[in-house]
Amino acid sequence: MAFTLKINGTPHEVDVDGDIPVLWVLRDVLGMTGTKFGCGQALCGACTVHLDGQPVRSCQTPVDSVGDSAITTIDAIGQTPEGAALQKAWLDLEVVQCGYCQSGQIMSAAALLKDTPKPTDDDIDAAMSGNVCRCGTYQRIRAAIKHAAGV
Amino acid sequence: MNRLIPREQIADEAAVSRRAFLQGTGLLLGFALTGASTESVFAAPASRVVENEVTGTFAPNGFIRINPTGAVTLVIPMAEMGQGVYTSLSMLLAEELEVRLDQIQVQHAPANDALYANSILQSQITGLSSSIRAFWTPLRQAGAVGRNLLIAAAANRWDVDPATCHAKNGVVFNASGSKHLSYGELAEAAAELPLPPAADVKLKDPKDFTLIGTPAKRVDSSIKVDGRVRYGIDARVPGMKVAAIAISPVLGGKAKTVDEDAALAVKGVRQVVNIDEAVAVVADHMGAAKKGLEAAAITWDDGPNAKVSNADIVKQLEEESKKAGAVARNDGDARKALAEAAQRLDAIYQVPFLAHVTMEPMNCTVHLQKDRCDIWVGTQAPTRTQSMVAELTGLPKDAIKIHNHLIGGGFGRRLEADGTLLAVKIAKHVDGPVKVIWSREEDIQHDMYRPYNLDRLSAGLDASGKPVAWTHRIAGSSVMARYAPPLFKDGYDFVVVESAAELPYAMPNIHVDYVRVESPAVQTAFWRGVGATRNVFVVESFMDELAHAAKQDPVAYRKALLGHNPRALAVLSLAAEKAGWGSPLLARHGRGVSMQFAFGSYMSQVAEVEVADDGSLKVKRIVCAVDCGMYVNPDTIEAQIQGGTLFGLTAALYGSITFKDGRVEQSNFHDYLPMRIDEVPVVETHLIKNAEAPGGIGEAPTSIVSPAVTNAIFAATGKRVRSLPIDTDLLKS
Repeated sequence: MAFTLKINGTPHEVDVDGDIPVLWVLRDVLGMTGTKFGCGQALCGACTVHLDGQPVRSCQTPVDSVGDSAITTIDAIGQTPEGAALQKAWLDLEVVQCGYCQSGQIMSAAALLKDTPKPTDDDIDAAMSGNVCRCGTYQRIRAAIKHAAGV
Repeated sequence: MNRLIPREQIADEAAVSRRAFLQGTGLLLGFALTGASTESVFAAPASRVVENEVTGTFAPNGFIRINPTGAVTLVIPMAEMGQGVYTSLSMLLAEELEVRLDQIQVQHAPANDALYANSILQSQITGLSSSIRAFWTPLRQAGAVGRNLLIAAAANRWDVDPATCHAKNGVVFNASGSKHLSYGELAEAAAELPLPPAADVKLKDPKDFTLIGTPAKRVDSSIKVDGRVRYGIDARVPGMKVAAIAISPVLGGKAKTVDEDAALAVKGVRQVVNIDEAVAVVADHMGAAKKGLEAAAITWDDGPNAKVSNADIVKQLEEESKKAGAVARNDGDARKALAEAAQRLDAIYQVPFLAHVTMEPMNCTVHLQKDRCDIWVGTQAPTRTQSMVAELTGLPKDAIKIHNHLIGGGFGRRLEADGTLLAVKIAKHVDGPVKVIWSREEDIQHDMYRPYNLDRLSAGLDASGKPVAWTHRIAGSSVMARYAPPLFKDGYDFVVVESAAELPYAMPNIHVDYVRVESPAVQTAFWRGVGATRNVFVVESFMDELAHAAKQDPVAYRKALLGHNPRALAVLSLAAEKAGWGSPLLARHGRGVSMQFAFGSYMSQVAEVEVADDGSLKVKRIVCAVDCGMYVNPDTIEAQIQGGTLFGLTAALYGSITFKDGRVEQSNFHDYLPMRIDEVPVVETHLIKNAEAPGGIGEAPTSIVSPAVTNAIFAATGKRVRSLPIDTDLLKS
């Protein structure tokens, strides 16, 4: 079935079954590999994208549920003020190690800062505990979110 | 960094800055614009990591490529999996080559043991925290050879003595500084000069280092924050199909029934491949492949291991560990000293099977053709993988092209070629390239696991509480016996006894031996921290038991055994001091200490915990003191200590793979738990600066943390944890 997805401001036509997760449409059909596959069960957050500004796990988001909503991925989050501030903070504080989870971490953090520009530690815990990092960069992720938020 | 500038404008800016540069020093920074997403509307800063092999006009060795454009490419022999080697190894080269880190790009080394073998592991293998130790001298020599030749080329041009010239930031200057030539301008001439032997070049005195020892920025960070990074799983090859796989749930089983028609009926599915040990569904995209795999409703013949359970494996270990093993150390007469001791302690310790669970699930892309085989994968062992694929396909080794990638988590998992071999077996049945991706469930249930060890320890104390006898028997699988059979001799495996045979403490009578025990149902592999990650928990916990039996403070007790070992004593003292050891704590709060010498580095940690009445545990703070000799990048060391500690702590709190009916019982992040941001303690790092030989750091914090925590639990509750993961039910008040 054909769907038109609005991704990072550009419409994309795809022809897949409606129950195919957005993750695989992005990665395999459209070749946008910035969004990562981690668990397939919405348990790790590596595949986080924004749907109309809200963070969702794209591995558990069927393509037929998207409708007219705007999808934003890591590839374009730097065009938002929060995304740009977070990417800079990630580099300033040297957050990444292997880096595989960091697309999802930044997408979750960008959604947090959009709604809560000055987050507390509890806000960070609540917004970020769905994102797993096996390298253990959490201490720097927390610091970078605060750095980006100026708190 | 991520400037919002349209791509065209970037090109204009680059042209402007290029002209400006040419008018200046003449040095041209030739960054390759690779890795940029074609979907991206806006251009981001150029990638510093190039995927394709770069040829260089000036290529004096395997590591340096300089072109007349001025592009400096460093070929990095070890794999980057987060530990920071693309930066730290670049720093070793750049220090002597006299280029800045922002003047270089890095390239994954091709598979080539002759050029890129790690001298400690005798192969192009990234492991055992050996990258800095192995390449500390060779890469500085390689950089110095390059610099000497470039200076010689400039001196020839000016007809002056090379000794009067010097190089800085990729430019050679004459004595007065009135003349200068960039490395790009000198590349062709330098390439014509005879190579000096690497061992003959003079290296900088460490006190003159300007880059080594500084917190330099990682070269791989920028592409990892905006989606441009490409791991193996991101490989895209023209005409490529994507395959989902199901591997026999029991090792040694095979597929019994496969509903191929149902799988092929799924939109986008192209092919079903049944290779007995696994079934793959090949499709246009992973969504279709997964759906097809589910539709195939595979049933399995479980084979001979269908009944194996954890209880059987542990029982086997209990029995076998009663027998004497291969002796790893025998000082004095431990048996006699034990019999004559004033006080005797005995204990059994156990550590579980653990999965690696890298964030990037196992994957491999293969294009098998009649006369060549291309492999796109992230691997810690490219030459080993190449050899094994050659054997499997019957093709010559040089027909196997390994396209290595940045690795989304290694932890030892990607030392193994099993995922690549499986992908090649599937590719034999597929026309064209195919990317095989494991689901998280396959990744956890078909890992090769850190061995389950069962250890028996005894110690004898004299009347003053001092240990006069120490015996330690380790029973478990030998990974080395499978991975590198020549290194497993007479039942002895040096990795299994790491940090157990060689103890930092002075004791007169020590006996350590090893009993190899294998289960046919379980494949074992190296895991971050290797032998030390099992043994340091055991040794440091038992040492704590000794201190308690001697009614002495655990730090003071250890210090008394370290009089001969000043570096160990220094890290222990520093960790204790920074942690406020001895200062009062609330009820059911406790501090625990551990120390180790592993991977060539000394380390000590103090953990502070709180145990609630219901047994629930909070690790509040971890203080780490480290002496890894001369260090390259202190910021990376801090990052590794933070992350490596959490990797070990996660295992201590939650990690356990168990078998039932031959199957692994855990499957995803809901039952193989990772620590998350809301539960991690602050980790503090205190780094000792000295001029000792460099030590490894990536694995040391992983192996040391668990006993610090369990010793803290003992201090808080009086409950001794002798098996991992920590069972909080046993900690109730």
